[in-house]
Amino acid sequence: MDVILDQLFVGLSIASILLLVALGLTFTFGQMNVINMAHGEFIMAGAYTTYVLQTAFGTGLITLSFGLALPAAFLVAGTLGLILEFLVIRRLYGRPLDTLLVTWGVGLMLQQLARDVFGAQNVSVSAPAFLNGGVDVAGVTLSYSRLFIIVVVVVVVVVIAGYMKRTPAGRRMRAVMQNRSLASVSGVRTRRVDRTTFFIGSGLAGVAGVGVTLLGAVGPTIGLNYIIDAFLVVIVGGLGQLRGAILAAIALGMANSFIEYGTSASVAKAGVFLLIVAFLQWRPQGLIVQQRRGLA
Amino acid sequence: MIGPDLGLRTGRRCLAAVGVVLAVAVAGCGSDDTSTPSASTSGASGDTIPVGVLHSLSSFMAISEVSVKDAELLAIEEINAAGGVLGKQLKPIVEDGQSDWPTFAEKAQKLISEDKVAVTFGGWTSASRKAMLPVFERNKALLYYPVQYEGLEASPYIFYTGATTNQQIIPGLEFLKEELDVKTLFLVGSDYVFPRTANKEIKAWSKANGMKIVGEEYSPLGNTEYATTINKVKQANPDAVFQTINGDSNVAFWKQFTNAGLDSKKLPVISVSTAEDEVRGVGIKNIVGQYVAWNYYQTTPGKRNEEFVKAYKAKYGSDRVTDDPIEAGYVAVHLWAKAAEKAGSTDPEKVKEASKGLTYDAPEGLVTVDGDNQHIYKTARIGKLRPDGLIDTVSESDEPIKPDPFLKTYDWAEGL
Repeated sequence: MDVILDQLFVGLSIASILLLVALGLTFTFGQMNVINMAHGEFIMAGAYTTYVLQTAFGTGLITLSFGLALPAAFLVAGTLGLILEFLVIRRLYGRPLDTLLVTWGVGLMLQQLARDVFGAQNVSVSAPAFLNGGVDVAGVTLSYSRLFIIVVVVVVVVVIAGYMKRTPAGRRMRAVMQNRSLASVSGVRTRRVDRTTFFIGSGLAGVAGVGVTLLGAVGPTIGLNYIIDAFLVVIVGGLGQLRGAILAAIALGMANSFIEYGTSASVAKAGVFLLIVAFLQWRPQGLIVQQRRGLA
Repeated sequence: MIGPDLGLRTGRRCLAAVGVVLAVAVAGCGSDDTSTPSASTSGASGDTIPVGVLHSLSSFMAISEVSVKDAELLAIEEINAAGGVLGKQLKPIVEDGQSDWPTFAEKAQKLISEDKVAVTFGGWTSASRKAMLPVFERNKALLYYPVQYEGLEASPYIFYTGATTNQQIIPGLEFLKEELDVKTLFLVGSDYVFPRTANKEIKAWSKANGMKIVGEEYSPLGNTEYATTINKVKQANPDAVFQTINGDSNVAFWKQFTNAGLDSKKLPVISVSTAEDEVRGVGIKNIVGQYVAWNYYQTTPGKRNEEFVKAYKAKYGSDRVTDDPIEAGYVAVHLWAKAAEKAGSTDPEKVKEASKGLTYDAPEGLVTVDGDNQHIYKTARIGKLRPDGLIDTVSESDEPIKPDPFLKTYDWAEGL
């Protein structure tokens, strides 16, 4: 029983990280169909933002700097996203292969930039004191860092869902996604909506970057560790679907946790891929399908 | 794939194409700028001797290898300042292996045939060494490989300046058995040639020495999730863990180890791939009190090491640290220079001949090249992480251990 509870928590924790790194992509990839391979580097930018703030504030104020890092990373990564959108991506809308190659190149440039600025070695980011340790529930140790990530994800999801459903800007975003031409002739400035969407999507990658500093390395190439998983979540969930992404993240997290428990980490990785391939054969459109109101 | 309104944008295709070309060109520069001096002035003629330095300067292994490259360049600079080799200055030609094994082989070939290097210093992962080995053997050119590895290899064209199994892993196991009274051991490693081979050797040793292996887990390189592995370790409840995780995953392992409520008192871990340089990224509170097995630490006593640490920090910054592979890279360059001086030539065959029994006063102590297998005699040192991120030696071999890459002198290793 312990084992099952243990692995349930591990699965939930993996799911929260998957969802965190994939949330941004549900905007840029899911809504705009932009394959942004530099998304991983925006995660890296978020992680380095945490490091920079922590260095600037010193070791005495780790909790404060960590708290500030969440909004700061959102802005830093979001701004990087805006710049990328303005300089490159807007010229490549509708050309997924070109976008893929160019953003991959941009990703490499950002990695090299980080290497030149911060050095090739990993840097150290300390978790705030209140996240050290964990709590024992029914014989399972729930670490505070992992619980914290779950809380961050829940908050972000609630905020995004509220924004999309309740605000005029969110409605415009959905309108453009569902039928760009109709939205355009109805007076929605689609270019501006594109920019906003890309800003939010990239910014969320930055927030993910702050989260992953609690569990993994902070170095120039950390984006590579997460980018594939992020795409998988969005694809399995169904493009542009927040609900789909949530379900997909939980499914993949649980599958990973339990397959790994029964076998090994390498087998689990391959096993999860296999499941995804099989699933997409059966349901190529993903878990949840967008209702489109157009002929396209 | 359904894209946004395409009609309005077709006119911009040309512009976009330019963008692609530009971006690719710039990205290309980004990875190329490290392969400094061009091949235009190659060849051993003139006043300089070209030497190759081939490490991953980009992608995931750069984290470890850049520091070794730095150490090798420092050694080259020192040798040049002291008059060079055979009266000629060494000209380093730095290439980027890009953490990609076929690229290592390609760049090695390029260094040999285009740049006409006299020797190459490089590699980190065993996978990269295995990729380069045939290139150096085919061209009868020399490679100095500066990192500890799993043994079971002795190429006539490679000098191994890091430890082989009997100078690192076996002393580590003996330490666990004798000092920590470990009876049950759990093996955790990355999924590639070094951990797999090392664990095979560990299992053979354990069988002969009455230690029980209660679990063995591998994770892909670059893995970020260790919760399940740690759960399995907890359930097996071993006396200690033998850890051979490499690269970024190392950080994830240690952070999540602490997250799971474990520490060095509850569960000692001995690692053969976490050195001072990696500790900086791990965060010392996640690893303090744990054990490592190497041949050199920044704290290793001796005037020679003090000079080395001082020179390294002076050149690269006071926040940098030295560690075993960094020292082994530095030693590699000096050993080659000394052998070439002694041989009176940079010809690989003559350098090999001159290297037999060659000694060098290294930061780790006096090292001697074993003429038979081209490994070097090294003192084994077991270290313990202290709160400032440096490592104290808690146990060391009485004298430098003779390298035995094929473990011929160990009965239990028969059939490996």
